[in-house]
This record gives sequence, structure tokens and C-alpha cells, in this order.
Amino acid sequence: MQKVTQLPFEKPIYEIEDKIEELKNLSRDSGIDLSAQIDTLTKQAEEFKKKLYNNLQPYERIQIARHAQRPTFLDYVRNITTDWVEFHGDRAGTDDRSIIGGIGRIDDRPMLIVGTQKGRTTRENLEYNFGMPHPEGYRKALRLFKHAEKFNLPIVTIIDTPGAYPGIKAEETGQGGAIAKNLLEMAKLTVPVISVITGEGCSGGALGLAVANKVYMLENAYYTVITPEGCASILWSDASYADKAADALQITADFLLKSKIIDGIIKEPLGGAHYEPEVACENLKEMVLKGLSELDGLDEKQIVEDRYKKFRDMGEVKASLF
Amino acid sequence: MGLKEWLQSKKEQKNLDRPATAALIDDEVGKLWTKCYNCGANLPSKEVEENLNVCPKCGYHFRINATERIKQVMDLMSFKETEANLGSVDPLNFKDLKPYKARQKEAQNKTKLNDAIITGTGKINGESVAVAVMEFAFMGGSMGSVVGEKISRLMELAINKKLPVVIFTSSGGARMQEGIFSLMQMAKTSCAVSKLNENKILYITVLTEPTFGGVTASFGTLGDIIIAEQGARMGFAGRRVIEQTIRQKLPSDFQTAEYFLKHGQVDMICSRDNLKETIANLIRLHASKK
Repeated sequence: MQKVTQLPFEKPIYEIEDKIEELKNLSRDSGIDLSAQIDTLTKQAEEFKKKLYNNLQPYERIQIARHAQRPTFLDYVRNITTDWVEFHGDRAGTDDRSIIGGIGRIDDRPMLIVGTQKGRTTRENLEYNFGMPHPEGYRKALRLFKHAEKFNLPIVTIIDTPGAYPGIKAEETGQGGAIAKNLLEMAKLTVPVISVITGEGCSGGALGLAVANKVYMLENAYYTVITPEGCASILWSDASYADKAADALQITADFLLKSKIIDGIIKEPLGGAHYEPEVACENLKEMVLKGLSELDGLDEKQIVEDRYKKFRDMGEVKASLF
Repeated sequence: MGLKEWLQSKKEQKNLDRPATAALIDDEVGKLWTKCYNCGANLPSKEVEENLNVCPKCGYHFRINATERIKQVMDLMSFKETEANLGSVDPLNFKDLKPYKARQKEAQNKTKLNDAIITGTGKINGESVAVAVMEFAFMGGSMGSVVGEKISRLMELAINKKLPVVIFTSSGGARMQEGIFSLMQMAKTSCAVSKLNENKILYITVLTEPTFGGVTASFGTLGDIIIAEQGARMGFAGRRVIEQTIRQKLPSDFQTAEYFLKHGQVDMICSRDNLKETIANLIRLHASKK
């Protein structure tokens, strides 16, 4: 694994670690025993890390969620599935690469896995369009959902998107309509659907794959009605207030679990999934299997009813006389 | 750039600056004269009003509020409002430059409504319907929990009473101030439409100026029939966001009703004076008894 790229708020940790490295080198070169100092600093670093990562501000979590080395959809697929086969295309002229789907086994059980893919290099990012689907991507996903339904395969969606793509062609081919259609059709699927927000869960672009019986989030993922930057540029007239918007929008997994928008939080290794991707993959796999086992007793009608009820109850209103 | 192109670009720019349909601004209401945004004609306000708030000279559609829409579309005295006393809470305790609660109050005082939608039942040229009209003047017609809940309840009522559903949209999208709860209204209303379909209830959406974002990406585009009102603009992403993302000039007719008709996203464009009979006719055409 290549060296982890540090985030601005992690700077103090890296400074202490550099200091430790320096002391080690000094000790080796000069033959002076500095182990006591090194031990103290190492301990300090550990404590500082715990304190920092357990008290992350929303906008710091967003930076982790957007980290270039965060595991992508295909990383999860490679780590948790066997016998994976990818399927391409919407059967209407396009294969939108920002949404990838296929069938593979998780713990021996075949299931459809669909998700948004982000790249790490410029070339990859162009191929996957930075994880921002066009309408054709949502239509491809829907085609695969129907396929899974026909063969009674559970559906897992893995979501990490800054949103559906805002562009000329996307408007012409019906971005809004394609997302709306997915919301409607997902509501009717007779097989269990599990969605996991692994990084960015922005707006309709994320929801278009997330009308699920169980919705989970990774610890540092965020799920929101609008990107904090977008919100800040509208309400504060300045995108640089994104950190304030992130606080106001309440986008963290903790809040969303409390508000019953999501059903569980998947633990990440200290500092974020990119520090130990295999651990994050394993935790995700465990949660998906747990979710499926909870739905296994339900028949087709109950699966649909369970999902309908979940979304029907969302939102807060009151009787008020104006 | 030749003179001809320069004149053309000036003309296009003027077209972009002009709102597709602008509201009669509050302090203009009650004034004797109204200036048309399109042709510049000075018209007696009464004449404009009697012409369904359409310019008698050039056909420019002024934006109208929800109450006026109901008055225009529903048969006299037939409209009965439902869920009028449903109001929003402030689940995030949201505050930007102003607290959400203050923005709500302001919008309520301005529109005399609890939230950005009116729902009810009534008749359109004799045909019974369940109807919803969004109010753009209430925080940009944004969809929060109340809008989602009222639409869901209206659809449930329509299933019970076997009424066709007609929804007039006018919205900038989901309401940011209710955060994730607003986003979930998209799923909730779409689930409600799936129940309409299951019960074979006719559902017509009329997209009026402007319809964007979360409403376009949920119940707005799920109608069995989608009508765009003449002069309306619509789409998923806003013009500015698209321009910033792709960094190129957008076609001058971008996101107009005509543009979406051309690209197969709406069934028809309808002028305001034809709206009522068009809807009634569609309902009759779909009411065949086997």
C-alpha cells in the first residue's frame, strides 16, 4: 500500500510522528539511548490520535469521506465477493461507467451488487466521471435490479457519489426523471435491498440507489440533501462556509441513526477506512450479512411492505394553526 | 464578431436575464398598471388579471400563486382544502444567516399559508379530482416534510375515493433547512406514486415555472401524463450549477418547456387558457369503464 496522504487536520499527528522518526535516527546515529523519550512521544501520539479521531467535526469527516485513497466500490467487490461477474449497459445505447453492477457471492450467497465508482487517477476519474452518474447509469441500475428480482437475488448497493451529474446531456436525457423512476421502482422490488453509503451520499444522486430495506453508513461517510458547498453558496452566498453548512445540515452517521434515517453504522479503522481498507471491507461484509439475515424471514409482500413503511414514516410534521 | 452576431448575442442575453414567468411583485398588486416583462407593454392590471395573468399583447405568462391557480383551474366553489393545518417543525434546529423558524414565519406571513403547498379535492370542468398546488412564494416552493406528507396523504385519499390526481409543481427542490428529512420526502412521495399505480389511479403532473431539483427527481416526473405550462422552466440541476460544472455556454432555450418537449421529457406544452379543459379532457379519456 502506498503512503497515506495526510489531511490538513491530521497535521499535528504527522508532526509528532516525524519527531519520533527524528529521535530514532538520532539515537541510531549517535548511539545515545533515547528510548524513554521515544516511548513517551509514541504514547502521546496514540492518545492524541484517539482524541482527535473520536471527536471529529462534520467537515473533518467529509474530508475523510472524500479521501482519494478511500476504498472504492470495486475495492469492496474485490475484497468481499467471489465469482464476481460484471454486467454492462442500459440496453438503450449507453454503458455509464460511473455506476457498476454485477453478481457475485458474499459468504457463498449470490447477490446483485450495484454501486457508484470513483477513480484514483485522472484517467480513472474521467472513465468513472468522478462517481457522478448520468440518467443512463440509473437506468442501467434499474435494469439490473429487475434482473435480480426475476432470479430472487438480494440486492446490495454501495454508494459514494458527490451527486448525479449536472450537465447538458444529463438534462436532455432526463436526470430528474431517471432518479424518480428508480425511487418508484425500488419501492416495489420484491427482494431484500441493502444500501451502504461508504463515502459521499449526496442528494438525489445517492437516494436514487438507496430506497432500501436497510440503509447503513460507514462511520465517516456523510449523507445529505445537498453538498455543504452547494448549501453554503446558496444560504451564505459563499461556498467557503461549507464547514458551517456541514454543521447545520447534520450529515453525520450518528445523527442519522438517531433520526432513524439509517439502520446501522459500520465501524472504520482509526483515522478512516483508507488506513486499513481490508478491515473496512470486512466490517461492511459483516453488516450486509447481518442485515440480510434480519430480512430472510420475510416473504415478498412483507419485503415490499417493510420498505414502504420505513419511508412512509420519514419526516416531521405537526398540527399548527396559522 | 460581426454586427449581426453581436445583435443576436445581445438578444439572447436579454432573453436569459428575463424571468421566464415573473410573479407580479407584491407592491405591484393593486396597482392600476402592469408592465409586461416580455413585450414591455403597459397594461391595465385588471385586464391582465382577467386574462389569467397572461399578457394580452404577447402571451407572456406571469407567475401566479397557489390560491390564484386554484381559482383559475377549479370549478367555482368546488374546492375543499385538506390537511390545511399541517405545519413544519425544525428537526435540525437549522440556522444559516437566519434561523429556519424565522424564515418559516416570514414565509407564512407573506403567503398566508402553513407551508409551500395546498392540497384538496374539487372539480375541474365537472371532473372530480384530488389536487395539489405548490406555492413558489413560500421558501421557493421547497419540499420539506410537510410538502412530502401532504402529497402522500393526498394520494392515499385519492386511492380511497378513486379520484384522479393532478399536481401543479413549482419548486426549487428539496428544502435544505430540513436536511436529510427533505431528501427522504423524495422517496416517500415516489413510494406514494407507486401505490397510485398499483391502484390504477390516473396521475397528471403540470410542471409550472419553475420546477427543479428534488421535485423533478421525484413525484414531479412520475405522472402518467406530464404537462408543461407554457413559459415554464424546469430541470434537475440549476443553470448556474451546470455552467460552473461544464464551463461552457448553455443553449439559449436550455431547460425551457419547449426544450424538454423536444427531448421527449414532457408529453405536451399547454397555455394557461387551455389548461383546464386539457386536464378535464384527459381525465374523461382515461375514465373508460370496461
